[in-house]
Amino acid sequence: METLWFVLIAVLWLGYLFLEGFDFGVGMLLPVLGRDNRERRVMINTIGPVWDGNEVWLIVAIGATFAAFPGWYAALLSAAYLPLTLFLIALIGRGVAFDYRGKVDNPRWRKAWDFTIVAGSWTATLCVGLLISTTVLGLPIDANGDRVGGPFAAIRLDTIVGALAFAGYALVHGAVFTALKTEGEIRERARRVALTLAPVALLPLVALLAIVAGLWAAVVVAILGAAMWRLAADRDGQSFALMGLAIAATVAILFGTLYPNVLPSTLNDAWSLTVANSASSPYTLEVITWVAGFGTPAVLVYQGWTYWVFRKRIGVQNIPAAR
Amino acid sequence: MEVLELARWQFGITTVYHFLMVPLTIGLSLLVAGMQTAWVRTGNERYYKMTKFWGKLLLINFAMGVVTGIVQEFQFGMAWSAYSRFVGDVFGAPLAMEGIVAFFVESTFLGLWIFGWDKLPKKVHLACAWAFSLATMASAYFILAANSWMQHPVGIEMHDGRPRLTSIWAVLTNNTTLAAFPHTIAGAFAVSAAFLVGIAAWHLHRRSEEEKVWRSSLKLGTWVGVVAFSVLAISGDLQGKLMFEQQPMKMAAAEALCHTEQPASFSIFAVGDVTRPDCENVKSITVPALLSFLAHNDFTSEVKGIQDLVPMYQEKYGEFYPVDERLGELSGKPIDYVPALPVTYWGFRLMIGFGGISAGLGVFMLWLTRKNRTPTGWWFPVLGLAGIATPFLANSAGWIFTEMGRQPFVVVPNPSGVDGVWMFTAQAVSQTTPGEILTSLIALTTVYSVLAVVEFYLIRKYVRGGIPGVLPQKTDDGALAFAY
Repeated sequence: METLWFVLIAVLWLGYLFLEGFDFGVGMLLPVLGRDNRERRVMINTIGPVWDGNEVWLIVAIGATFAAFPGWYAALLSAAYLPLTLFLIALIGRGVAFDYRGKVDNPRWRKAWDFTIVAGSWTATLCVGLLISTTVLGLPIDANGDRVGGPFAAIRLDTIVGALAFAGYALVHGAVFTALKTEGEIRERARRVALTLAPVALLPLVALLAIVAGLWAAVVVAILGAAMWRLAADRDGQSFALMGLAIAATVAILFGTLYPNVLPSTLNDAWSLTVANSASSPYTLEVITWVAGFGTPAVLVYQGWTYWVFRKRIGVQNIPAAR
Repeated sequence: MEVLELARWQFGITTVYHFLMVPLTIGLSLLVAGMQTAWVRTGNERYYKMTKFWGKLLLINFAMGVVTGIVQEFQFGMAWSAYSRFVGDVFGAPLAMEGIVAFFVESTFLGLWIFGWDKLPKKVHLACAWAFSLATMASAYFILAANSWMQHPVGIEMHDGRPRLTSIWAVLTNNTTLAAFPHTIAGAFAVSAAFLVGIAAWHLHRRSEEEKVWRSSLKLGTWVGVVAFSVLAISGDLQGKLMFEQQPMKMAAAEALCHTEQPASFSIFAVGDVTRPDCENVKSITVPALLSFLAHNDFTSEVKGIQDLVPMYQEKYGEFYPVDERLGELSGKPIDYVPALPVTYWGFRLMIGFGGISAGLGVFMLWLTRKNRTPTGWWFPVLGLAGIATPFLANSAGWIFTEMGRQPFVVVPNPSGVDGVWMFTAQAVSQTTPGEILTSLIALTTVYSVLAVVEFYLIRKYVRGGIPGVLPQKTDDGALAFAY
């Protein structure tokens, strides 16, 4: 039962990284791919109807961790206090920015929100990467699960690689998504940017996987290579699917290596939090299993339907005038 | 300052702020779904325009509600990790359920609703509005179940020094939840009603375009308000009676009732220092026997005062905090069982007072606008707009009262429940440094202040723009009906 929930939480993170990964990427690339206001609006509108639903995967991943592994939730979140504060502020900023940017027709107003979107997306994705690599690589925690050492214990060389890993992935993933969802000049630009950035931007992800799981990193390298090859062959859809597969493989490798730990202690193996010692009671797990068992398939169906409803590519000609 | 104080300030500020957006979203989303239903069923353009106008304001407000809500999901773990460990087996479940059952529905169907005007069949699009609106209410239910469990823990056994969930059903049907839910939802509708009334009155006064839209909105608002305040009064009374049973100290603190009285009188207004639990120098205007009635439904029964409750609490839950370095300067110190009396006493009065003013204003507005009249005086829109603030203030005061009134506990002992299930707020905080919490407190407060100004500005802009500001433009072929 604990193992099932460990897997489920990994799946929730996968959903989050895959889905919000591209909307982070779109935000990060806003000034690069969107040369003028219309192009930027094209980009924002590719994610407009869905980004909020994507973000719920994070809320549920965190909520499920609280319910299924309170010890993990408590230790990780309190130890990474400052990075998480930054993360929350970034999410707050970019969240309102999408909605408020177009509500006043004024270049300075738009500029301020564009900055918020770009800075918020970069910061948030770096913080997510830091959080995930921290839980995989471990923290100096004591027997009680409390952090030993200062507020910056979560910020180390290897977790910084982890932070860059997910930012780099989001960057490429967002460009591929933009290529998939737009048409015209902006689509071409997105393809070019993805192909140019990929070798550098994806390097930290490979490095993180090599640190954690050695040669297993090769699997992800192969998938990422295939994704870029399909993109070069003008097959955006296949490339996007392969980017999804790459993050699935990444999550599988990271969480697979982590198991049965959930948060290793770098001080003493006996103090590591594991699925067994940080889990809720069997009854609680049973309760939330029922809820997740009925709820999650429904979520997949109606979120999938949303993507179907908004499946059309958009271009500058689809953008109504500002008001 | 110590971690404990900083963390409490932070939780208070972020939560009260979040709860400015939440009630407006809950109430307004259902009203907008209702307006859209009226449009789909009758084809009357007036309802379409109402849906568009109020829907736009709903969205501006909702964006803020969402982003400030994310903070809530994280801060139990960040600042209250000891609490999270202690109660996780019980408290996490409703939170996870809220995410899976409510948040996914809410955010996904809202996206469909905003962008789907021209992409979905009319009825499917309408169903999205209802899905969104009902999900916000479901979300409120789960959160109130979690909060009520802290006020009155049920459905548990003790296992290894921690409460363990034995019945989720007991948690979800906790009588505290069943009383808090209608009270909170009615409070949400009171907020939305005042919002409708105030803005519609202003437009009527200005003789803006589309008089019928404003007339209908005003009527809807006043009637929703009347119903909401009736439910608030009834559910509030029920909740009060439960509280006298479940948290006698909170209610004694609400009254600053120092000595046990029989029959007990209700204090309307106090002059002097209510901070002292010995009641010296306090002159209070009272209604004889009313408190007995509020507590027990008769005019003769006894209500326990603070001075008699303190020894009872000390006997049951201890006189001193345990000696534990995690408790900081409170380690081994005596436990103060009396909540901050000025906060509870005045919080309770402000809740009822502002609620009453708001209800009175609603009825007055109803009378002023009878038979489609519009008073011409400048005071009419001013009264309406000022009225918007009153239910917000009442909601905040109510929550501040109820959360401050349970101190020093974070999980209040259930007098008839399982032994040993309680937690002092001082034991709940994380082992972080004060600097970390101070940083986040300053950062979040700053961001929240800026956003408050932005939201206010946007709402004002769209209110002023009236109906023409929210209708879709006539555009060339191929343009999206709605785009950011």
